Amino acid sequence: MKIIVFIKQVPDTATKIVLAPDGKSLDETNVNFVINPYDEFALEEALQIKDRDPLTQVTVISLGVERAQNALRSALAMGADGAVLLKDEALLGSDAGATARVLVAALKDVSFDLLLFGKQGVGLDQGQVDIRVAEALGLPHAGVVVKLEIDGGRAVAEREIEGAHEIMNFALPAVVTAQKGLNEPRYASLKGIMAAKKKPIEIRDCAALGLRADQVGESGSLTRIKKLSLPPARKEGHKIEGDPASQAKELIRLLREEAKAL
Amino acid sequence: MDFSFTVENQEIRRTVREFAEREIAPRVLHFDEKQEFPRAIFRSLAELGLLGILFPPEYDGAGLSYVDYVTVLEGLARVDGSIALSVAAHNSLCSNHIYKFGTEEQKERYLKPLARGEFIGAWSLTEPTAGSDASGTKTQAKREGDNWVLNGSKTFATHGSVCDVAVVFAVSDRQAGKKGISAFIIAKNTEGFRAGKKENKLGMRASETSELIMDDCRVPAEALLGQEGQGFVNALQILDGGRISIAALAVGMAQGCLHHSLSYARQREQFNRPIAQFQAVQFMLADMATRAEAARWLTYRAASLKDQDQDVGCAAAMAKLYSGEIAVQAANVAVQIHGGYGFTKDYPVEKFYRDVKLCTIGEGTSEIQRLVIARSLIGRRSAG
Ligand SMILES: Cc1cc2nc3c(=O)[nH]c(=O)nc-3n(C[C@H](O)[C@H](O)[C@H](O)COP(=O)(O)OP(=O)(O)OC[C@H]3O[C@@H](n4cnc5c(N)ncnc54)[C@H](O)[C@@H]3O)c2cc1C
Repeated sequence: MKIIVFIKQVPDTATKIVLAPDGKSLDETNVNFVINPYDEFALEEALQIKDRDPLTQVTVISLGVERAQNALRSALAMGADGAVLLKDEALLGSDAGATARVLVAALKDVSFDLLLFGKQGVGLDQGQVDIRVAEALGLPHAGVVVKLEIDGGRAVAEREIEGAHEIMNFALPAVVTAQKGLNEPRYASLKGIMAAKKKPIEIRDCAALGLRADQVGESGSLTRIKKLSLPPARKEGHKIEGDPASQAKELIRLLREEAKAL
Repeated sequence: MDFSFTVENQEIRRTVREFAEREIAPRVLHFDEKQEFPRAIFRSLAELGLLGILFPPEYDGAGLSYVDYVTVLEGLARVDGSIALSVAAHNSLCSNHIYKFGTEEQKERYLKPLARGEFIGAWSLTEPTAGSDASGTKTQAKREGDNWVLNGSKTFATHGSVCDVAVVFAVSDRQAGKKGISAFIIAKNTEGFRAGKKENKLGMRASETSELIMDDCRVPAEALLGQEGQGFVNALQILDGGRISIAALAVGMAQGCLHHSLSYARQREQFNRPIAQFQAVQFMLADMATRAEAARWLTYRAASLKDQDQDVGCAAAMAKLYSGEIAVQAANVAVQIHGGYGFTKDYPVEKFYRDVKLCTIGEGTSEIQRLVIARSLIGRRSAG
């Protein structure tokens, strides 16, 4: 079985976000970049399938800048067999649509049984790329999956939907996106880290992908980030004093008059 | 000279930091308070390969360098010094002694399971009356036919009561002085071998420390580790490397102190501003960072010399002396920056303050490091 896992490098969720002077990107000083947590679930799922069936080949693909190699190397250390970095100046500023176009191009002439994504990339949180890729390739898509079983050429996925779980049964190849709860991602072992040393990271640019510059990046995108702003600072809390009865009274007054919640 | 680390080393640093922050940090206070040896954490450490860092793959180790080893200890100690201490005693004392001086059969039987983390190792030189002066060892080993019979007691053995295998030093020839001390491998459940009192400690409480008692403990001739009479000389060599690991613990803890002090100083407000805006606090942070950085490079230099198979006696002693001392200072300042809160168990610096003191004591006190350094400067004879 051949599995491709798409991973994105994102700022650690614990990062204190500072905006860059251009007002539409992050100041990357002191930012710790990690594999998007949902992509880690996707990768772990692929590795667990490989644990059960050692003939399975797991390849990780990332669209990103130079530092995304760290994310790919971490994935190789965890146990992925190969890695591809899609890197080109022209790719900067690609929106979800353009990104999906690039990923589809990267899959040309590649055989696979399963494409795994995280359910969304933390940061932009649009959750579009996987669906667009599935649509472009005409593949079944199961999103927000918390349980996955592969059997022969078919898969059964349990996905979280509002207030319930939905079970889907579909043929491979297919696109599946991982939700928290699917599994517990492993840590790379020292042996895995040393073994990753011998696994090369293939780097492909637009030319290698057969893409023109105007199909990708800002010029190939329908949307553009105009401005980023931080959420307004939270107002200071208000402590209600007095005995319980007058505290309750005051709370109701505030909920009614100030918060207008009642 | 570019002071850079390999790509793999950076990956090791990331992984260990993530593991320590996610798996160890939430439980450190529990282990500390209960003085509990964290078996489950050790099983995870074994899976990651952290219990056989230095040994080649043919002995089931990860085959990494000393620089990588220091990186692991630094990363663990940044979150918990006591787990780092246990990892160090297991790797660079017990397992390393068997790796360096053991027979193939001993390596097969003991080193492999130690490296896989199925065995936990202890290495016990110190005795109640032989601490800094380990040549004063009193434990006796008497040859009786094909056996050795050991009698005596050891103290402060890291993993004394949880270990599966211990390297123990005993006098095999009373006439020969330092050249009459030999090392032995004793497995758990050997008759006449048991753990005595478990120490109730100031810090490093998740790392178990106990007495070991040998009472007509009979072991076969194959239990002799290294050459007869070479035990003490070999122990000193092992300690040269071991000291680098204590330096690494100190560096990690100093960094932990700095990390927590920085985030606290940024967020704690007094006189209507974060205390990080007071120059007095800024200077404390600047000094702490500078010393930690200096200690760090002394330690990595010693590790790198060791990787090149050079004599590390003096470099390791300098790294341990300096790192241990500045780490104690760092914890002291960290508590100061936290004010009253630093004096409580609600903030991690309280534990650092207790744990870090071990670094000026274990594997040779600061005074003994100064002796080692002075001897290498002045020459052993002239130093007296
Ligand atoms: C948590 C912990 C774990 C340990 N783990 C192990 C272990 O796994 N295996 C093991 O073998 N040991 C272990 N030890 C023992 C440790 O190595 C000794 O405590 C240390 O070597 C000091 O010996 P001592 O405690 O007998 O102190 P002493 O030697 O009695 O020293 C007391 C004081 O006298 C000073 N002093 C002694 N001689 C001189 C001198 N010549 N010049 C100047 N000052 C001097 C010392 O610096 C110190 O300040 C551990 C100790 C602790 C606390």
